[in-house]
Amino acid sequence: MEKITVFTSTSVPLMNDNIDTDQLIPKQFLKNILKTGFGKNLLYDWRYIKPNVPNPDFILNKPERQGAQILVTGDNFGCGSSREHAVWALKDYGFRVIIAGGYSDIFYMNSTKNGVLAIRMPKGQREFLAQLPADQEMTIDLIHQKVIADGKEFSFDIDEKIKHKLVNGLDDIAITMDYMDKIKAYESKMPNFN
Amino acid sequence: MSKTMIDKIWDQHVIEGTEGEPQLLYVDLHLLHEVTSPQAFEGLRENNRPVRRTDRTFATMDHNVPTVDIFNVKDMISKRQIETLAKNCEDFNVRLADMGHADQGIIHAIGPQLGLTQPGMIIVCGDSHTATHGSFGSIAFGIGTSEVEHVLATQTIWQTKPKKMGIRVHGKMPNGVFAKDVIMGIIAREGVSFGTGYGVEFYGDTIRNMEMEERMTLCNMAIEGGAKMGCVESDQKTFDYVRGRKYAPKNMDKAIEYWKQFKTDDESAFDKIIDLDATQLAPFVSWGTNPGMAIPIDDVTPEIKNSDDKKAYDYVGLQPGTSLKDVDIKWAFFGSCTNGRLSDLKIAASILKGRHIAKGLTAWVVPASRTIKETAEKMGIDKIFKDAGCEWREPGCSACLGMNPDHVPAGVHCASTSNRNFEGRQGAGSRTHLASPAMVAAAAIHGHFIDIREEAI
Ligand code: SF4
Repeated sequence: MEKITVFTSTSVPLMNDNIDTDQLIPKQFLKNILKTGFGKNLLYDWRYIKPNVPNPDFILNKPERQGAQILVTGDNFGCGSSREHAVWALKDYGFRVIIAGGYSDIFYMNSTKNGVLAIRMPKGQREFLAQLPADQEMTIDLIHQKVIADGKEFSFDIDEKIKHKLVNGLDDIAITMDYMDKIKAYESKMPNFN
Repeated sequence: MSKTMIDKIWDQHVIEGTEGEPQLLYVDLHLLHEVTSPQAFEGLRENNRPVRRTDRTFATMDHNVPTVDIFNVKDMISKRQIETLAKNCEDFNVRLADMGHADQGIIHAIGPQLGLTQPGMIIVCGDSHTATHGSFGSIAFGIGTSEVEHVLATQTIWQTKPKKMGIRVHGKMPNGVFAKDVIMGIIAREGVSFGTGYGVEFYGDTIRNMEMEERMTLCNMAIEGGAKMGCVESDQKTFDYVRGRKYAPKNMDKAIEYWKQFKTDDESAFDKIIDLDATQLAPFVSWGTNPGMAIPIDDVTPEIKNSDDKKAYDYVGLQPGTSLKDVDIKWAFFGSCTNGRLSDLKIAASILKGRHIAKGLTAWVVPASRTIKETAEKMGIDKIFKDAGCEWREPGCSACLGMNPDHVPAGVHCASTSNRNFEGRQGAGSRTHLASPAMVAAAAIHGHFIDIREEAI
């Protein structure tokens, strides 16, 4: 998995609360065999007027917002069904960092499993970030747990274990691999009935 | 401190971590199907990782397979998922019961049938009805796709131990009442989320008296009550069921000796206990759009209590105060991992024998596995169904869910032996009524549900 240490990019503000996983990726797009390819259908119902016709008024479709890799959003992000495809869609679209008021538990765990940094920040600070001009970059310093933008610095909290995973680009499997000696020791003690 | 069976199996499988936090558990058996595994294999490929224990991994196709003309998969995405699983199993050396293979069937039917499912195990699969395997006195639960990848790569999983709930079921089930009615009755009374955060163990004399396939039905639907897992302590019936199957232990005596340790000490080990008097049960039928929306056949549909009820009534086109005996049934589905096993088909056949299904009604019989199909054919059960006017089909998930060509048409009321009556589950606009195989058979004959207690069966 790609590491996140110090990350700089422009951003997209989408300040609605309770953006659920059905909105992030509607169920008609779930039948696939890859983790990629979901990005074009991210937020489908808002993004397209009809198939292949983007809604020009929706912020994700604005020319000046293309290439932004940070999403600044509302409260209770990623609620609803547990589908992991929601994170796959955000990541495939290009988002590496999400800044929200809070997340559903399952969405949060899924984001950590897929190398997406999900930050919790209070509303006032998010509103400041949301009004920055489209070409204004912001820097996420995960090592020092800071968001830096337009001369301001905000700190955020994150669980040490999750930080360790993201900073080192470790997935759950890589972490478990550290226990391989113990796993093998367990296997060697298992009863054999054959 | 007393321990439950779940505690004992769990604690025995911990590699790392302390209770209350995520613990690293060893997985004895990992089952795969074509829908939730492709991205997991993709992840392995990206990272150059092998499947760590191919001897503890077993795959089949079930959700997408057609149940007539099985090699002619018309839906492109279904076809791709099926082909991808075949290729993944070949590339990663995973055992596969491929399309048309003698062992093919619904993953939760073939685990027990092949003797892969054994007491004392931790069993996982990217599918919520993995709970079925808990009926062997094991811990079995569904996992997400990232977890599938994790298990493939490491043969372990990080999990936090759930709380433990005991469901004590006692008394003789009245004639016409089956395991399906026990679990439907519990969910109807307690709601679809009573089990959230719990691992459930069923116990009591009613459960002891149940055959293995009835226990499978019971545990299969524990998930519909929100439980993480459902299980039944193993006993002589369990051991006899496992013995002699394809992948059963060779040294059964030694295995049984080992399995016997996994027993709940006493009731004080449970965090919560629910009691059910089986003598008071009636055949249950669901009326709405979740399995908790179900009533005894001699009752009428309930009043509207909230917006969910309202939405459900609108969807199924019924009114409060309706007897389900008065609803026109135009479709019947015998099958699924809940009630598609040999004993289920036998019961349905015993009712259909010498009778004919109602005019204008379509009835599909879909054995849960090829072995079940072939065994039933040897016994002449297929002929009873066919003579009664039913279609005898190839094994698969079929009309349990609308992912393959088998759909119940919009607006049609279907009597179904499956486990979920969600909106659109059996096809867009389909109206599902869950019930036991005997109730579905009787409904197929009459074109509406009847109270089978009033008819000799
Ligand atoms: S039969 Fe139905 S519930 Fe069982 S595995 Fe197949 S789709 Fe799922």
